[in-house]
Amino acid sequence: MGGSNGKEVVIEVRDLIVGFGRHVVLDHVNLDVYRGEILGFVGGSGAGKSVLMRTIIGLLPRRAGTIKIFGVDLAAASYSQRRSVERRWGVLFQQGALFSSLTVRDNLQFPIRENLQLSQSLLDELVIAKLEMVGLDASVLMKYPSELSGGMTKRVALARALALDPEIVFLDEPTSGLDPIGAGDFDSLIATLQRTLGLTVFMVTHDLDSLHTVCDRIAVLADHKVIATGTMETMLASTHPWLRAYFHGKRSRVAQPESARMTEQKNVP
Amino acid sequence: MSDLLLERSADGGVLRLAGEGAWVAENASALENAISAFAARHPAVRRVDIDMRGVEQLDTFGAWLLERLTRSFSSRGSDTQIVGLKDDYRALVDEIHAVRPVQTPTQRENIVARSLASVGRGIAAIGGTFIAGMNLLGAISLALTRVVVKPRTFRFAAMVHQLDNVGWRAVPIIVLITFLIGCIIAQQGVFHFRKFGADLYTVDMVGILVLREIGVLIVAVMVAGRSGSAYTAELGAMKMREEIDALRTMGFDPVEILILPRIIALLIAVPILTFLGSLAALYGGGLVCWLYGGIDPDIYIQRLKEAISIDTFRVGMIKAPFMALVIGVVACVEGLAVKGSSESLGLQTTASVVESIFLVIVLDGLFAIFFASIGM
Repeated sequence: MGGSNGKEVVIEVRDLIVGFGRHVVLDHVNLDVYRGEILGFVGGSGAGKSVLMRTIIGLLPRRAGTIKIFGVDLAAASYSQRRSVERRWGVLFQQGALFSSLTVRDNLQFPIRENLQLSQSLLDELVIAKLEMVGLDASVLMKYPSELSGGMTKRVALARALALDPEIVFLDEPTSGLDPIGAGDFDSLIATLQRTLGLTVFMVTHDLDSLHTVCDRIAVLADHKVIATGTMETMLASTHPWLRAYFHGKRSRVAQPESARMTEQKNVP
Repeated sequence: MSDLLLERSADGGVLRLAGEGAWVAENASALENAISAFAARHPAVRRVDIDMRGVEQLDTFGAWLLERLTRSFSSRGSDTQIVGLKDDYRALVDEIHAVRPVQTPTQRENIVARSLASVGRGIAAIGGTFIAGMNLLGAISLALTRVVVKPRTFRFAAMVHQLDNVGWRAVPIIVLITFLIGCIIAQQGVFHFRKFGADLYTVDMVGILVLREIGVLIVAVMVAGRSGSAYTAELGAMKMREEIDALRTMGFDPVEILILPRIIALLIAVPILTFLGSLAALYGGGLVCWLYGGIDPDIYIQRLKEAISIDTFRVGMIKAPFMALVIGVVACVEGLAVKGSSESLGLQTTASVVESIFLVIVLDGLFAIFFASIGM
C-alpha cells in the first residue's frame, strides 16, 4: 500500500457491508484515505462506487462495519459532533445538485450564511473570490443554475462544495459530461485547489486521464470489495484480470508509457 | 477589540500590525470588524507591515480578509507588506491576491418604475399565455385531424390510463363534494323559504341551481384543482428533464403523444363526472328536504319533475366539455411553460389552477348570457 508511511488517516472504512434488500453491494470493504492526498476511486459501472461515497457521507444506511471520519464514528456520534464533522467536508454531486431556485450567488452563500454570521459585503466578496478560484468570474453571479452550461455547473458546484473551506471534498465523477479540454482544466483546477487549500480529495471517477494526472493514489472496487489500492504504477503492474482489462484496455492508451503509445500510433494509418 | 489582529506600533507613518491565532471561517466576523477598525483609525499612513508569524491557521476566509486589509490601505496610497507568512499559506494568499476587485451588482431602481414594469410584464405574460393557448389549441386540432385520418396512431392505452386517473379515481371525491353542496343548498332553501311558507320552492331552487350551474361548476373547479395541476406538474417535470425534447427528436409529436390523450380523457371524464355530481347533489338535496324540511321523497320527486325540464339538464351538460377543454388546454400550456428550476414548476402549477378556475367561471358567465338569449 503506497503512501501509508505514517500519514494521518482522515477516512477509515472497516468491514463495511451495504446492501439493498437481498442484494449486497459492498461486502466487507476496507479503505483508508490519508490527509492531503487525492484518492481516485474506480470500479465498473454499478459496482457501488457512488454507494460507498454516499455511505461515507451518511446518505445511505450500512448493515455492518465502521466508518470513521477525523476519528469520529458518525453512527455513534452525537448530533453536534455530526454537524461539526459535516461542516468539515464538501460534496460535489454528479449532476451538481445546485439549488435550482437560487442564483449562483445565493447557492454559494447559502452554506456560509447558515453556519457563520458574516456581513453581506464580506459574503459578496468571498463569493467572487471562490468563483475566481474555480475559474469563473462575477458575470455568473446572478444567473440561475438552469442558465449555466455543464462545465460551469460543475465549477459552481465545486465552489459551493468549497464554500466553508472543508478539509475533505468528495467528488462524484467530476469530469463526466465535460469535453476532454474541459475535463483536463477541471483536473488541474482540482490539483491546484488541493495544493493551495491542503484538501483531501476523494474522487469517484472513470476518467483515466484524471487518474493518471491528478490522483496520488487509486483504489479499485470490484466484486463488492476494494481489491487494490496504490499508485498508477502499482495498478499497471498488477496482474488482476479486472485491473488489466481496465488499465490496459483499448481506451487506456494515455495511461501507457509514452514510447508504447508512439509505436501504436505509427501502426494506425 | 479582538486579539486576532494587534497593533504593534504606529510611528513615523509606519503602521506595524501583527496577526495572531486562527484566521479561519469561525473568526471571520471578528476579524472583519478588527480590520475595518484599523483601516478607519489610521486613515493616512505611509507604510503598513503585516506580520503573519503568529497566525496558526489560515483558510480562504482569512486569506480574503488579509487581502481586504492590504487593499484598503493600498487604495489610499500606503505601501503594504506581508511578512512571516508560512510557506504552506503562500499559494493560497497569492491565489486570493489574483482575484480582481468587482463591484457587486446592486440594483437600485425607482419603485414606481419597478411596479409599472411588473404590471407591464404581467400583462405581457397574460397575452403570452393566451397566444400559447391558441397555439396549442391549433396543434391539438391538427393532431386530432391526423388521428381521425389515421385512427391507428391514436394512443388509446394512454387515453384510458388518463381516463382512469382523471375520471374513475375522481368519482368518490366529486360525488362526496357535490352531495354536500346539494345538502347545503337544500338546507338554506328550507330555512329561508319556510319564513313565508314557500318550503316547496326549495325543490325548484335545488333542481335548477344544481343542474344548470352548480353541478358543472363544482366539478370543473374540482377537476382543475385535481387533474389540471397534475397535468401541469407531469408535463413540467418532463420538460425539465428534456423528455419532451427527446420525444421530438425521435420524430414524435409531443402534442399527439402527451397532450391529445390527456385532453380527450378530460373531455370524456368531465361530462360523466358532471352527471354523477348532479345526481349526488339532487340526492343530497332530497335527503335534507326530507329529514330537515319534512318534504316527503315522493313529493320531492314530483315537484322536481314540474320544476325542471330536459333543457335545464342540457344546459349543464353542454357546458361540461367546454370546461374540460379550457382546463386541459390551460394545464398543458402551463406545463410546457416550465423552465429549468423547481420554483418555476411550482409557479406554473399554481398559475394553471388559478387560471383554469378563473376561466371556467368566466366561461360559465358567457354561457349564462348565451342561454338566456336563445331562451334555454
